[in-house]
Amino acid sequence: MKICLGGMKYCWSVLGFIFMVTSWAGELRAVAAPESAGRREAILHMLRQDCGSCHGLTMKGGLGPALLPEALAEKDVDQMVYVILNGRRGTPMPPWRDFLDEAEARWVVDQLRRGLPGAP
Amino acid sequence: MRRSLLLALALIAGCATAPRGTGDLGLVVERASGSLLLVETSGRTAFARVEGLGDLSHAAAVYSRDGRYAYVFGRDGGLTKVDLLHARIAQRRLQAGNSIGGAISSDGKLLAVANYEPGGIRIFDAATLELLSEVPSTWGDGKQRAKVIGIADAPGNRFVYSLFEAGEIWIVDAADPRRPQVTKLNGIGKQPYDGFVTPNGRHYIAGLFGEDGLALVDLWNPKPAARRVLDGYGRGQEPLPVYKMPHLRGWAVAGRYVFLPAIGRHEVLVLDTVSWTEAGRIAVQGQPVFAVAQPGGRRVWVNFAFPKNDVVQVIDVPEMKVVKELRPGRAVLHLEFTPRGEQVWISSRDDNVVVVYDTASYVETARLAARSPSGIFLSSRAAMTGF
Repeated sequence: MKICLGGMKYCWSVLGFIFMVTSWAGELRAVAAPESAGRREAILHMLRQDCGSCHGLTMKGGLGPALLPEALAEKDVDQMVYVILNGRRGTPMPPWRDFLDEAEARWVVDQLRRGLPGAP
Repeated sequence: MRRSLLLALALIAGCATAPRGTGDLGLVVERASGSLLLVETSGRTAFARVEGLGDLSHAAAVYSRDGRYAYVFGRDGGLTKVDLLHARIAQRRLQAGNSIGGAISSDGKLLAVANYEPGGIRIFDAATLELLSEVPSTWGDGKQRAKVIGIADAPGNRFVYSLFEAGEIWIVDAADPRRPQVTKLNGIGKQPYDGFVTPNGRHYIAGLFGEDGLALVDLWNPKPAARRVLDGYGRGQEPLPVYKMPHLRGWAVAGRYVFLPAIGRHEVLVLDTVSWTEAGRIAVQGQPVFAVAQPGGRRVWVNFAFPKNDVVQVIDVPEMKVVKELRPGRAVLHLEFTPRGEQVWISSRDDNVVVVYDTASYVETARLAARSPSGIFLSSRAAMTGF
């Protein structure tokens, strides 16, 4: 609030700067893969096999919706990260935050948006 | 090894000089590679692999009444008829975009496949796989289709199943398979996730994901209606996360009791089939997925959802408590008993193995290599209502 007292112009530029930083950080995070190859493999295994229980091994959908690139293209990344970590009330989607941290969930969304390696 | 090789040769050759029964045969779904491992339970060996079945995530199978053919329902909508004696695909067709399972009619002549996309069931001639009719799962304003789950056969060439989004149970009479008659039961509860017909063919029970309870239908009633059983079993407590949906089938019934995985609770619920009230609940180590009664009903074997899925617990029915814990391997997805219950076959997806136990001694008697094994389906299902 105090910043805005200096005038709307200043306020907007601060907001603009914050927006720039967060979106830049968002871009960075979206491509930041877990460092260890073992961890990446473990997450992809969980994604195919355990997420695949409901979304299908090839992510074409089952009791849960399809998670193919074309199905996710228009969806908001932050919201998908939120759903992975916290689940979706009123649906069978459970929270995965005990198994993935936020950066990993972001990487999962990125992988899904690109299409899983080896998926048809 | 030598015996299994000989058997394999005899079976693959399919030579008329080596006639063979089918009562001890079965298949293991290798879900990631779209293949089936064919097995026999007398020598406890795998004798062949059949490939080319497409996407087998969540694949299920039923058997022709002579136990020779397995009909495999794949996630990609594939319907594949597999000849176990010749160890090959007899026929295959892509019948829908996304499929979940199916059932075979009591006379063995019809297959009903439950589809997510397009939502509904399709009825096929089991001999030719010719499409005979379709029942779209339209609901609400009539424009949307629900996902069909929990399909099972009932006596009199009927099929019973539930509509996930709609909260309905439909009973389809396929006496005339080109003009099936549908009875719809509305308001059975929120989000039915699976359902089954009891081994005597009398009751259909649907588990609910969106509510604490199950829906029960008496199929002997000429005007069937759904009633709620085990209502409010969660006692108002916040459910725990469910990382894999439980599966229900006639194996839940042991004597006069039905053993049912609770949703969001680490418990197996016991339902009395005489009074249809709760007869108890048994604490287990995780979210149960399959609670399967050993033939005879003395024990119930339970596997679990991610992340505690490397354990199988055994419940003693008279004592109503867990009496044994086994660790067959990582990611135990399924278990299946031989028809008299002396063996249990258990699949461990992440260790790529099927482990066979002697059920009396809990001693491991065989260990078969398999690729990401999931469902195990033995041909004895051919003779069972609701399988």
